[in-house]
Amino acid sequence: MHTIMLESSTDTVVRLQGLIYRYPLGVSLQFADLEIPRGRHTLILGDSGSGKTTLLHILSGLLKPTSGQVTIANQDIYQFTTKQLDHFRGQRIGLIFQDAHLVKSLTVKENLQIAQGFAGARIDIGRIREVLDILDLSDKENDYPDTLSRGQMQRVAIARAVINRPAILVADEPTASLDDRNTASVVELLLRQAEDQGATLIIATHDKRVKNRIPHAYQVDTGTSSNT
Amino acid sequence: MNILQIAWKNIRKNPAASILGILLTAFGTGILCVLLVASKQIEQQLTSNSQGIDLVVGAKGSPIQLMLSSIYHIDNPTGNISYREARALAANRLVKLAVPLSLGDNYQGHRIIGTDSSFLQLYDLELEKGRLWQSDFETVVGAAVARNYHLQLGDQLYGAHGLSKEGSTHGHPYTIVGILQSAKNVADQLVLTNLASVWHTHEDAHGDSGDEDPENEPEHAPAAGQGLPDNQPPHLVKNMLEGFGSGGREITSLLIQYSNPSAIAILPRLVNQSTSMQAASPALESARLFSLLGIGIDSIEVLAYVIMVMAALSVFISLYSALKRRKYDLAIMRTLGASQGKLFGIVIAEGILLTFTGALVGLVIGHLAFFLISIRTDDAATLLQASTLYPQEIWLLATGVLIGLLAAALPAIKAYNTSISKTLSGTQ
Repeated sequence: MHTIMLESSTDTVVRLQGLIYRYPLGVSLQFADLEIPRGRHTLILGDSGSGKTTLLHILSGLLKPTSGQVTIANQDIYQFTTKQLDHFRGQRIGLIFQDAHLVKSLTVKENLQIAQGFAGARIDIGRIREVLDILDLSDKENDYPDTLSRGQMQRVAIARAVINRPAILVADEPTASLDDRNTASVVELLLRQAEDQGATLIIATHDKRVKNRIPHAYQVDTGTSSNT
Repeated sequence: MNILQIAWKNIRKNPAASILGILLTAFGTGILCVLLVASKQIEQQLTSNSQGIDLVVGAKGSPIQLMLSSIYHIDNPTGNISYREARALAANRLVKLAVPLSLGDNYQGHRIIGTDSSFLQLYDLELEKGRLWQSDFETVVGAAVARNYHLQLGDQLYGAHGLSKEGSTHGHPYTIVGILQSAKNVADQLVLTNLASVWHTHEDAHGDSGDEDPENEPEHAPAAGQGLPDNQPPHLVKNMLEGFGSGGREITSLLIQYSNPSAIAILPRLVNQSTSMQAASPALESARLFSLLGIGIDSIEVLAYVIMVMAALSVFISLYSALKRRKYDLAIMRTLGASQGKLFGIVIAEGILLTFTGALVGLVIGHLAFFLISIRTDDAATLLQASTLYPQEIWLLATGVLIGLLAAALPAIKAYNTSISKTLSGTQ
């Protein structure tokens, strides 16, 4: 097992140690240990079915591993109660999925409000306007998701992920259904948002096009991480 | 945004799924509301109108009919009784107050009652303006009658035969000399005059000639408190209403207040066994009437509960099937930091909002329906107030909330247990 070494542990934003996940059917996955220093954007690579999504869910606090430790921003997240973990995730982890998954009954602004509210943050309309402005969505504030284009929905999802200034920004196959040009722009957007908001970006993908922009990668299928 | 707002937004975004649950709850609550208000008001009317009246004495026949005609003024009388016999009974020492009633005519559906001043004492009535009648064809009208027909002191009114407005009108007009204060009971709907006026009216109308010896007139009953009117003109009315009875003045009935509780055991039996009259106890008869009505009310109530159960099922089905559509929404909310409890709360809030809205709409429908019923049945005794709210209606709202809670419980538990990871990765 090869681990990325770090200067100081306090600057480590993600640390995975001895992770094993056993599926209900008995198949188990073993993940290599990983440390990601603050600001080092990292790809999680692997073919579909390799366990990428499972790992992503484990490190986002959505799926409890059978054994092992996940430390995010110096917190062992599976020591939390479910409720504490929900709260922590809302505040410190921004999640972006292949589909935007906006709440359809709420407007763009309200989708961002619940992101602040559920995370226990104060509702800050100024912050919402700021993020929408950055993502070029200012005029969509009061629109419902079903009136937005796919690209706009994706940008709202990004806005929602960064609204609480998370420590890590986790994206699951954000470019899977995009053409080359859009892939490039989404990756740029994610990188810039991560930089601007001080978050460390983690992207799970099997999309080779993403690799050009983010040099650090963690390979799931072989259970090792590498620098390319 | 709090849980309620999120739930409300979701209902508004999917009105089709919500409308059935709201409507069914509204119908169920509406029916229960009408039943509640109707039975409350009928009960209230029954008790307030029969307050202070321990016994009604009238011609033999149906006791319920006697009670309805002499106390609530909603049915035809059972017949006439001899005024002399009535006076003899009024003289009994167990009788504190005996009020004679002579019925027969109406003014615009409001019954004209021949009686004496004891009537005002029995119902605790006060004059709003004017004075009591002093001679024949002077009348004191109830507050509602004066209000409905804009009657003033000095106005004249003509009676019509029977209890329906369409009856033939009698010739001699009544002059209004007094208007009563509102007593919020049946007295508001009545037109009062002395006994002689009613006798005269029918004497004139039927062309009967008086042939009774003035000396035959019974003595004033001393024990009757206010007593029965003296100073009666020496005329005989042969038929008060149905045309039977002869050989003495007749009245329709006598309302009696006991002087002493032991009268309960003695007077009714005395009347029923040793006179040609019958005695009916308003308390017993209205209880009997209510138990007869009760069968109908019970079956409508069952119907309402069945509708409520259907409402609960409909809310349950709509929430449960919506879960499939919404599980991504719910999973996303979890990733944003919402706890399981919050999701549970959102689904419960939706169920409760649906049925609470339904219950509110139901109360409005109920009162509206009741209003329509009350304006269609403008009978003399109908004093139904559609705008009165009862504290029990809170329980109808609470029932609505409870139904929402029950219907949403299972979907909410399912939402609580939704695995975020499985939902997001599409394996569930």
